[in-house]
Amino acid sequence: MNKPLRRIAIFCGLLVLALLVRDNWIQYVQADELKNRDGNHRVLIARYSQPRGNIIVDGQPITGSAETNGIDFKYKRTYKDGPMWAPVTGYASQAYDANQIEKIEDGILTGNDDRLFFNRTIDMITGKKQKGGDVITTLNRKAQEAAFKGLGDKKGAVAALDPRTGKILALASTPSYDPSKIAGATSKDKEAWIGLQPKKAKDDPMLNRALRQTYPPGSTFKVVTAAAALENGKYADIDGPTNSPDPWKLPLSTQPLPNEGDIPCKNASLRQALRYSCNTVFGKLGDDLGKEEMRKEAEKFGFNETIDTPVRAYSSVYPEDMDRPGNAMSAIGQFDNRATPLQMAMVAAAVANDGKLMKPYMVDSLRAPNLNTIEQTDPEQMSQPLSSENAQKLQSMMETVVKEGTGTSAQIPDVTVGGKTGTAQHGVANSKNPYAWFISYAKGDDGSPVAVAVVIEGSNTLRGDIAGGRLAAPIAKGVMQAVLETERDK
Amino acid sequence: MSSSTTNTTTISTAGPPSRRNTELAMLVFAVIIPVFAYANAGLALSDEMPSGMLSYGLGLGLLAAVGHLVVRKFAPYADPLLLPIATLLNGLGLVLIWRLDQSRRLAQRAKDAGMAFAPSAPNQLIYSALGVALFVGVLILLKDHRILQRYTYISMVVALILLILPMFFPARFGARIWITLGSFSIQPGEFAKIIIAVFFSGYLMVKRDALALASRRFMGLYLPRGRDLGPILVVWGMSILILVFETDLGTSLLFFGLFVVMLYVATERTSWIVFGLLMSAAGAVGVATFEPHVQSRVDAWLQPFEVAKNGGSDQIAQALMAFGSGGVFGTGLGQGNSDLIGFAANSDFILATVGEELGLAGTMGLLLLYGLIVERGVRTALAARDPFGKLLAIGLSAAFAIQVFVVAGGVMGLIPLTGMTMPFIAQGGSSVIANWALVAILIKVSDTARRPAPAPAPTTDAEMTQVVRP
Repeated sequence: MNKPLRRIAIFCGLLVLALLVRDNWIQYVQADELKNRDGNHRVLIARYSQPRGNIIVDGQPITGSAETNGIDFKYKRTYKDGPMWAPVTGYASQAYDANQIEKIEDGILTGNDDRLFFNRTIDMITGKKQKGGDVITTLNRKAQEAAFKGLGDKKGAVAALDPRTGKILALASTPSYDPSKIAGATSKDKEAWIGLQPKKAKDDPMLNRALRQTYPPGSTFKVVTAAAALENGKYADIDGPTNSPDPWKLPLSTQPLPNEGDIPCKNASLRQALRYSCNTVFGKLGDDLGKEEMRKEAEKFGFNETIDTPVRAYSSVYPEDMDRPGNAMSAIGQFDNRATPLQMAMVAAAVANDGKLMKPYMVDSLRAPNLNTIEQTDPEQMSQPLSSENAQKLQSMMETVVKEGTGTSAQIPDVTVGGKTGTAQHGVANSKNPYAWFISYAKGDDGSPVAVAVVIEGSNTLRGDIAGGRLAAPIAKGVMQAVLETERDK
Repeated sequence: MSSSTTNTTTISTAGPPSRRNTELAMLVFAVIIPVFAYANAGLALSDEMPSGMLSYGLGLGLLAAVGHLVVRKFAPYADPLLLPIATLLNGLGLVLIWRLDQSRRLAQRAKDAGMAFAPSAPNQLIYSALGVALFVGVLILLKDHRILQRYTYISMVVALILLILPMFFPARFGARIWITLGSFSIQPGEFAKIIIAVFFSGYLMVKRDALALASRRFMGLYLPRGRDLGPILVVWGMSILILVFETDLGTSLLFFGLFVVMLYVATERTSWIVFGLLMSAAGAVGVATFEPHVQSRVDAWLQPFEVAKNGGSDQIAQALMAFGSGGVFGTGLGQGNSDLIGFAANSDFILATVGEELGLAGTMGLLLLYGLIVERGVRTALAARDPFGKLLAIGLSAAFAIQVFVVAGGVMGLIPLTGMTMPFIAQGGSSVIANWALVAILIKVSDTARRPAPAPAPTTDAEMTQVVRP
C-alpha cells in the first residue's frame, strides 16, 4: 500500500505548495496593487491615522489637521482660506478620497512615501508616531489674494507664472468651494459633497478652471499667431505694412471676417494690428502661414499636451483636422482651438522670458518631518517657441497694446507691462455671453517676474462691450502688482 | 521498523527513542509563542499588557501539560510533532480571535445590526479545553486504533445521521450545517469527517482485494463489480445529496476528495482516481447547474472586485485587500484592519487576519505548520503496520489537507469560497473539538506504528539451526 501512499503524500504536498504560491502571488507580486487599489479602505484609514503634513505657501501652512477620534479616522483635514486655495490644494476627505496635491503628494503628507522610509524606521525604533512631511508650493499669497478677490463673485479663473522659472504664483478659480466642508465622513459632509456635484451645483465649484477648463482663447491667441509670423520670417518688420485688405474674405468662402468696430486694419503693421486687435490681419496671417505652421507654433507654446504641475493641467487644443477657413478663424482664437488659463499664461510667459518657455510647476520642494528637503523641483525649459530677437519684437508689440491699445487698464505706473485682450464669442450663433480674456506680463529689474492670464466667463452685465480690457485686465494688474511688491521686498 | 528487529537479542533495555522529551521541548515553544503573540497584540491595541495574559498563558500551558502527560502515559511512542503543532495553532487561533474581539469596528457592526457583540475568545478557550478533553479521552479509552474497525458499519450509520440531522434544523447564514439545541449549536459535519474516514478504512480494508482484482476491464479501465461498489456509492451519493440540500460546498468537496484518496490507496489502482474524479466532476457540475448559491460563489471568485462593486458580497475582495496590505512582513498583530471583512472575520476568514498582520512570512509559516501535520500523518500511514491503520491515517491526513486547501484557497481567492473553518485557529467549537479528536487518533495510530515490535520468544534451538546449502 505504500506506493499510493507516497503519491498521496505528493498530492498533499502539491496542495500546500499551491497555497504557498498563491500566497506569494497576493502578498508579494500583487501586494502593492491590492494595497493601494480603490476601495481599499486602509488607504483612507492610514491617511488620517496621524496628523497630516501641511501644504505650505510663503512659509505658512494653508492646511491643518484636527483630531476627531472616530472608529476609522483619528484626524481630519482642515483648511485656512479653503475656497481661495482649493484650486491649489484640492481636497482630502475621509469619505471621498482626495485630489490634486492632496492626492498626488499623499505619500509625503501621510509619511508613507518610500523616501521617508529611513525616518519611519527611526521613529519606529524610538517609539514615535509616524509623521507626515510638508509640501512647499511656489505660490505667492499676495498674488493669490489679488486674483481670488479680483474675481470676486464673477465666474472665471486666473493663472500666474514666473516666466523666468515657470513657478506658478497664483491659481484661482471661481466660484470655488471650501474643502473643509467635505473633509470628514459625517452626514453633514455627505450633504455638502452632494451639493457640490455638477448635477446639483450648476456652476461646478469643484472644477479647477485655471488648469482644467479650456476656453476659446479669442484674440489673446493673436499673440501666438504673431509669434508664428515672426518665426516664419514672413514679416520681420513689425512696423511695416502687412499686405492685408479690409474687408478680408475667409478662404473658400464668400463670408467676410469682420473686425470689431471701426478700426484701422487695412495693411496695418503687426504692431497696429495687435494694438487694435485686427481680425482681418491675423486671420489672413494664419491662412498665409497655413495650418501646419500654426499648429507647430501653438504646440511649441504647449498646446496639444497635458502638463503635470504636478496637478495635471488639461491639454489645450489646436486641432489637426481643420479646413482653411477653420484655420483662419483659429488664428484669431475663434474656432475649435481651446486653451486653459494656464496655457495662455504660458504664452505670455514665453514672450516675456525672451522666447524661452519654462515648464510650469507649483511644488517647489517636499520636506521630510525632520525638515530635510527630500525633493527639490528645478526650473526646466520646456521649449523655445520664438527666438530672443523675435520675442523682444513681440514684447514691444504687447507693450503697445497696454500703452495705447485695448489693454490700457492694465497699466502700472513706472512699470513696463505688455498684454493682450481677448473676447471670445461662444454658443450657438454667439448667443451666449462671451468670455473676457486678458494675458499680460510685467517687467522688473531682472527680467519679467510675472505673467498672468485671466478669463472671466460671460458676466451678463456687460453684454455689449465685455472686452477683456474692461473686466479681466484690472485683475491681471492686481496680480502683477502683488508680485512686483513681493519682488521689491526681497 | 528495521531497528526494532535487530533488537531482539541485545541486553540493553533501552528501546527506540520515544521522543517524548522532544515533544515536551517543542510544547514549551508552542505555549510561549502564543503568549508572546498575545502580549504583542495587547500592546499594539491598547499600549498595555492584556489583563488576561496570566490566565491565558496558564490555561494554554495547562492544556498542553495535560495533553503531554497523557501522551507520555498512553501513547509513549507517538509522533512528537503532532501535539506541539496542534497546541501552537490552537494558541495562535485564540490570540487572533481575542484580537478581533477588541475590534471597535466589529462591535459597531454588531450594534448596527441590532445584536449584542459578545467576545468569542473566552468561549473558544472553553472549546479548546473540551477539545483537549476529547483528545485525552480518545487516548485513554481507545486502547488500540484497530478497535475502531469493529464499528465499520455503525460508523456509516452514525456518519449519515450526523449529515442528515442538520436538515431538520433552521439554516444559518445560508447553510444548513448546524444542529441547534437552545443556545448551543454544533456542526456535525466536522465530526462526520472523522467517522466517515473510519467507515471507509474498515470497509475498504475488507473489500480492497475484491475491488482491485475482481473487476472487468472496460476501455482500459478496471471497473469494479456492482456489489463491491454498492455501499460506497450509496454513501457517496447520499452525502452529495445531503450536502446539496444543506448547501455546504466545502464539506461536499472534502468528502469527494476523501473518497477518491482512500479508494486509490486501498486498491492501488490508478483507474480509481479517474473513476473518482469523473464521479466528483459529475457531482460538481450537477450541483453547480441547479444551485444559484454555487453560481454566485463562482462569480465572486472570478471577479471579486466587480461583484463587490455591484453590491454583492465584498468578503473576498476585502480578504484579498487584507492579504495585499499585509505585504511580506505584515502590519504586526493588532495593527491591521482585517476586521473590515466584517462578517465571519474570526471564523471562515481568520486567515486574512494572519495575512494582514503577520504578512507573507507568517502566513507561509502557518501553512507550513498545517503541511507538517499532514506530513506527520502521511508518515504515520507509511509506518503503520496494519492496513486499517494505514487507511485511517491517510484518510484523516488527506481530509485535513483538503480542508486546509479548501478554506485557505477560498479565502486567498485560489478556488471559489466554500465556507469551512480553518482547523484549530478559526472560531467555532465543533471544529476545534473535532480536530483535537482527529489529532488524537493520528497520535494513537502513530504510537502503534512506532512502538517496537514485541520481541519474539527466544527459541533454544536457534543457534543450532543451520542452513544447509547444497
